[in-house]
Amino acid sequence: MAKNTLYDKVWDAHVVTRLPTGQYQLFIGLHLTHEVTTPQAFDMLEERGLGVAYLDRTVATVDHIIPTDSMARPYADEQAEAMMAALETNAKRHNLNFFDFASGRQGIVHVIGPELGLVHPGMTVACGDSHTATHGAFGTLAFGIGTSQVRDVLASQCLSVDPLRVRRIEIGGALRPGVEPKDVTLHVIRRLGVKGGIGYAYEYAGSVIESMSMEGRMTVCNMAIEGGARVGYVNPDETTFDYLRGREYAPDESAWDGAVTHWKSMASDADAQYDDLVRMDGADIAPTVTWGITPGQSVGVGEPLPAVEEFEEADRPTVERAYAHMDLRPGQKMTEVPVDVVFIGSCTNSRLSDLRAAAEIAKKGTVAARVKAIVVPGSQQVKAQAEEEGLDDVFRAAGFEWRNAGCSMCLGMNPDKLVGRQISASTSNRNFIGRQGSAEGRTLLMSPPMAAAAAIEGRVTDVRELA
Amino acid sequence: MSELGVSSISGTAIAIHGNDIDTDRVIPARYLKAITFSELGRYPFQDERFEPDGTAREHPFNRDECRGAKLLFVNENFGCGSSREHAPQCLRQWGIEAVVGVSFGEIFAGNCEMIGVPAVRARPEDMVRLQAAADADPSIEFTVDLDAMRITGGNETVELEMPENRRRSLREGHWDTTGILVGNAPTVREVYERLPYTSGYR
Repeated sequence: MAKNTLYDKVWDAHVVTRLPTGQYQLFIGLHLTHEVTTPQAFDMLEERGLGVAYLDRTVATVDHIIPTDSMARPYADEQAEAMMAALETNAKRHNLNFFDFASGRQGIVHVIGPELGLVHPGMTVACGDSHTATHGAFGTLAFGIGTSQVRDVLASQCLSVDPLRVRRIEIGGALRPGVEPKDVTLHVIRRLGVKGGIGYAYEYAGSVIESMSMEGRMTVCNMAIEGGARVGYVNPDETTFDYLRGREYAPDESAWDGAVTHWKSMASDADAQYDDLVRMDGADIAPTVTWGITPGQSVGVGEPLPAVEEFEEADRPTVERAYAHMDLRPGQKMTEVPVDVVFIGSCTNSRLSDLRAAAEIAKKGTVAARVKAIVVPGSQQVKAQAEEEGLDDVFRAAGFEWRNAGCSMCLGMNPDKLVGRQISASTSNRNFIGRQGSAEGRTLLMSPPMAAAAAIEGRVTDVRELA
Repeated sequence: MSELGVSSISGTAIAIHGNDIDTDRVIPARYLKAITFSELGRYPFQDERFEPDGTAREHPFNRDECRGAKLLFVNENFGCGSSREHAPQCLRQWGIEAVVGVSFGEIFAGNCEMIGVPAVRARPEDMVRLQAAADADPSIEFTVDLDAMRITGGNETVELEMPENRRRSLREGHWDTTGILVGNAPTVREVYERLPYTSGYR
């Protein structure tokens, strides 16, 4: 059993009681809510005559359903309009701290939480979205939950949960040039599998993680769930504290030293014990791209696609299904694959550092004929900062569309979708069949610079070879 | 035991084959735009059951003889991916009352429990046999017994597993947790007041 890890310390600080069933009641320090997974939860609250228990620990924004080209109301999609109206009504009725468009702080829930300084080391976080582990980058335990659990957190600020085991994933050495945090997280999933993390919290550690920016760490933790782990985190350090200092909801200067002392005390001890330890070498990681229908089906960009026989027998039907859906063959190189659409955005890769890295590549050329390329900043604040730096001009000059903040083409809930058999180079997190809004559509996951390079060349490209 | 307790479920079974079937495949995101769960029972596996032009494909959920099944037989890591509770909700509203598989996406398994649907595990080789039996004869009646932790039906008797806390929560009818959690409000307040970040670290 794990001992003296950040996981153990945060857990211990937040346990309310053990329930009659043997599960634990865990206090949730920050509840992030959005339009998609809350309307039914608020309805259930009202049916039971309950309200929101801790308004000071609850915030709301809108991200999944909104169009990113025009924000004019009412939305053309009546369902999207009704969903937005439901959140507005619930926010007003319950007096929620709602970061809507007028606030200037709207954006993808996993982008604005950190950006506003709402997420602090040592907290528990919950959100009705599976990519909530993003906030683990700050040294939190962050749980993706379903709508009935959203109801529970609204009503009680608590979840009923079972403890997890803790696996430390230590990535030593250093990354090679051209290798991004996205490649690190795809590499981990490829190595440990899409179900390898079931029952575990992942502690990402080692020199590669320690030298990574907060935004890079968010990208790594974001995809913990794609490896089966509901929770992923990084121990807080000076990089974490530097990021938080001065942000709107970060502790003010008079409380700062006390906060940092507390945060440091929550990190895993040097002699902490883990249920499992996996070591990897950063130098082994290449720019990585998925070729299949799970985030674990990926290769280094220069590698040939694997033979079906290389997989365990039980997984071969899924591999065959992947090759059939993607219309690819073992032995093929991904650099032969043309793309129709390029999407730079999502809770995985829509922060300022992602846009800067993509813009550096966009400067080298123009979007290939017949490729549609869109850049979707993660929040209104990211958008404003990027525009201040002139990144929007760089993208537009190269032929990319520059959009408003939202989830966009990650998930097929808004007008940004693939059409028919289109194939996209996407910086999002899921290449599931139908994920980007077309049942026949195909998704290749990769880093922002790799996606920008694919836009320019019109096919998957090793960003290191782009002149 | 409360009236919500779930101890055994009997009915015919429907098998969906394959590892790593994600919740986007169970219920495509466009159906998440409705602000109620009420219509979801129409749409499980919608994009696998129908061609883009609406023509029905061969799919277990399109077979007349599978209509009315209460048990769903699956393989490894079923329900991985998105946290959408709409996935178990749509299966439940279609008629599924228990899911039996080798392993489950963790959020999916939790969401099943939250709506009183057991997600129970069987060994891979046992699962293949159960699926083959249901495919060959969709009229076989199976019983999932949460006391004996066993499924029986046709010629099969197979041992089942699930986390003991989850089993108790279903057995005792504590799967709807809101009331229990709200009932501990005074202790919740104590935890809240002791956490340094709720008072700005002062």
